[in-house]
Amino acid sequence: MDGSREIPPTPTRRAFLQSSAAGFAGLVLGFTWTGKGRLGVNAAQAAADGRFAPNAFVRIAGDNTVTVVIKHLEMGQGIDTGLATILAEELDADWAQIRSETAPADAAVYNNLNWGPVQGTGGSSSIANSYPQLRQAGAAARALLVSAAAETWGVEPATITVKQGVIAHAASGRSARFGELAAKAATLPIPAELPLKEPRSFTLIGTRLPRLDSAAKTDGTARFALDIMPPGTLVALIRRPDRFHATLKSVEAGAARAIAGVVDVVTVPAGVAVLAKGFWAAKQGRDALAVEWDEAAAEKRGSAELLTAYQALAATPGLPARREGDVAAALAGAAKRITASYQFPYLAHAPMEPLNCVVVLTPDGCDIWAGDQFQTMDQANAAATAGLKPEQVRIHTVYAGGSFGRRANAASDYIVEAVSIAKAVGANGTPIKLIWTREDDIKGGRYRPMYYHTLEGGLDGDGNPVAWRHRIIGQSIIAGTPFAKGFIKEGIDHTSVEGAANLPYAIPNLAVELHTTEVGVPVLWWRSVGGTHNAYATEAFLDELGEAGGQDPLALRRRLLAGHSRHQGVLDLAAAKSDWGSALSAGRGRGIAVHEDFHTFVAQVAEVTVAPSGKVRVDRIVCAVDCGRAINPDVIKAQIEGGIGYGLAALLYGRVTLAEGRVEQSNFHDYQVLRIDEMPKIEVHIVPSDAAPTGVGELGVPALGPAVANAVYAASGKRIRVLPFEETGNA
Amino acid sequence: MPVSFTLNGKPTSLDVDPEMPLLWALRENTGLTGTKFGCGAGLCGACTVHVDGEPTRACITPVGTIDGQQVTTIEGVDGPAAAAVRTAWRQLDVVQCGYCQSGQIMAATALLRQVPRPDDAGIDAAMSGNICRCATYVRIRAAIHRAARILEG
Repeated sequence: MDGSREIPPTPTRRAFLQSSAAGFAGLVLGFTWTGKGRLGVNAAQAAADGRFAPNAFVRIAGDNTVTVVIKHLEMGQGIDTGLATILAEELDADWAQIRSETAPADAAVYNNLNWGPVQGTGGSSSIANSYPQLRQAGAAARALLVSAAAETWGVEPATITVKQGVIAHAASGRSARFGELAAKAATLPIPAELPLKEPRSFTLIGTRLPRLDSAAKTDGTARFALDIMPPGTLVALIRRPDRFHATLKSVEAGAARAIAGVVDVVTVPAGVAVLAKGFWAAKQGRDALAVEWDEAAAEKRGSAELLTAYQALAATPGLPARREGDVAAALAGAAKRITASYQFPYLAHAPMEPLNCVVVLTPDGCDIWAGDQFQTMDQANAAATAGLKPEQVRIHTVYAGGSFGRRANAASDYIVEAVSIAKAVGANGTPIKLIWTREDDIKGGRYRPMYYHTLEGGLDGDGNPVAWRHRIIGQSIIAGTPFAKGFIKEGIDHTSVEGAANLPYAIPNLAVELHTTEVGVPVLWWRSVGGTHNAYATEAFLDELGEAGGQDPLALRRRLLAGHSRHQGVLDLAAAKSDWGSALSAGRGRGIAVHEDFHTFVAQVAEVTVAPSGKVRVDRIVCAVDCGRAINPDVIKAQIEGGIGYGLAALLYGRVTLAEGRVEQSNFHDYQVLRIDEMPKIEVHIVPSDAAPTGVGELGVPALGPAVANAVYAASGKRIRVLPFEETGNA
Repeated sequence: MPVSFTLNGKPTSLDVDPEMPLLWALRENTGLTGTKFGCGAGLCGACTVHVDGEPTRACITPVGTIDGQQVTTIEGVDGPAAAAVRTAWRQLDVVQCGYCQSGQIMAATALLRQVPRPDDAGIDAAMSGNICRCATYVRIRAAIHRAARILEG
């Protein structure tokens, strides 16, 4: 070990240092619009190097580039582009001059405004929470540039226009680009009033703009955490127990240490870490470990035992998540009753980039490079592990190779593992790069929980639904985390019942109940969270209920959604674009489903072909989405396309199963995902809207499953109630 | 005994364990990090490079076996097909997280060099070894068609 503390600057680190030099602390304070006294300090600092940084979200350089500071993690959802669009719109910048840069971890400045004083990305909230903030930030920068032009030219600010990055005064024929006025603008106070544009005059929002990350992600230069390798880096792999909550009993590391390139073997709370001069040596070293585990506290049940236990619970009332009318009486008095049960397995997120990060720990500070989704939580957990204060932990967020929720967890698992290794080797400044293999990822837990649902419905003599009882059985994602206080009310984890307890249909007698189970398998939110199972159970069962009552699936939904104009709007659009009701050939079928989450509304119509063998092929998905004002329509379409593909992978193949507590899958051969030959044709239609923009990152997923399931029934007469389809030979 | 090969047109010699997968030799010993680790088992295609022009899974190719051969990575791939693929990828904004896209581009470039105008079935057959968890497949298909048109001029 060379003990080097001098890490050659990676782009991220260099950016961080430059930002610090420009006085981020001062700029933080400066983001108070009327705080003129504080702004004076900022302006002086910014002006000293000729740059203009009126607030923590934008910087304009003399070369005319506009750098937008992105507080959310770019993990593929296009958020660099989306957030930059909002700021550039109010700034009246030219898209070609826009750059993006990832924000440092600092919850005082870069918090998710929907979450309180916490920096992080999730819940399809990035656009929604940032829209007002970045409009203001862009407008502030624009106002200062206008003031600078007005002073320079001796004209009234009101006579100056800004368009596509050019500031102009028509009467005198003068014009300037932003860079020419940046230094002057940096010396001026922000006006107290910052008028925002009328949306009808938007020129960037609502148009197709090239993604900011396309170039770097097509020539190999995009930097992910896996690509961060300061000199002297030791790669670490951890041997973890193959049953959750087992602990280390003993390890024989002699053979591992004998492998060329292996530098050290240390025990950490997660298991036994092998440190080597590269991945290959670390992998060989890990394979050579002989480890015994203490399994006294380990989870030893298998999936079949869990299912049996869940089915027994389903026969008993759960805690009420919603109760309207008298369900028992309505069911007893119904002209017709039907019941159905649905099974959902554990699911791994399996992002393409396995979890990894680089940690440099010294006695008085910790630097972390990661595709970090939850900076404030990760700072706190890293600090607690290292024995530092959170502000001594500097997180350098880089692109994440997907996440789907996996990188944001309350335990900061992979971050804490890496910090604990760095601590175990002496907090000596050696860069430690922890890499999870794909096997570690598939077997490593933090899954979408396994769930079992039972639904019972009653119809009156005219075939109208009059009773609905829904029982949900499964683990809580939130229990035992710092979020329990906010998300668990009277025993109900909101994330367990979202999409079910807020069922929008007008059914007079309705009960939604929850049994929260205790299982030693770590669980986590997974793209669209409660929607991953509740949308399927409710939308598939509504079809069953409609069929029992002789009702068309679309007509029934429209009628039960009276007054829910945005639900109806997406249903109508999807139905129209898919020619709902037109004939399909034998063996083919069409199904519809609608879902609302994170204040975004989605309807999907699936067209499928079911082969005589039962194999389902999804031919086409028509999706209508209402996410308020569309900031980047093409990025929205991409997210919906991707969400559909991600949801379809889980629908057809996704399943993590346990045998005596051990995960049975390990890599993409037995945890199958969607490949290109099974990707359907997808059409995405966006409902025009003036409502506040909401997120779409997770919204392709929920309606996909039930739309396909309902289509399979239309094609074949078979109801699929056990996921994935492969379980019943339908994939 | 060092392994000698041509990497992106330049003679390269590495003194590493010949059993080490080419992926890690590229990433850790030559600093070319555009080639990605996704599965380590030849199942996902994130590590796709060209060895003597053939798309190859670097994660299961021992570096010792490529002695004397031509290795091309995302950093070095060029020529009309590669340029057309990159252009099409950017025009259609194929990428999302981007992590698999080096492999996708290497696979698509190899396809177009062999089949200048593939149909959907041909694209599916050539590209089904490359997983994208963001499921950018709709655009990958469209971009390959567009690249084919670009190549036709």
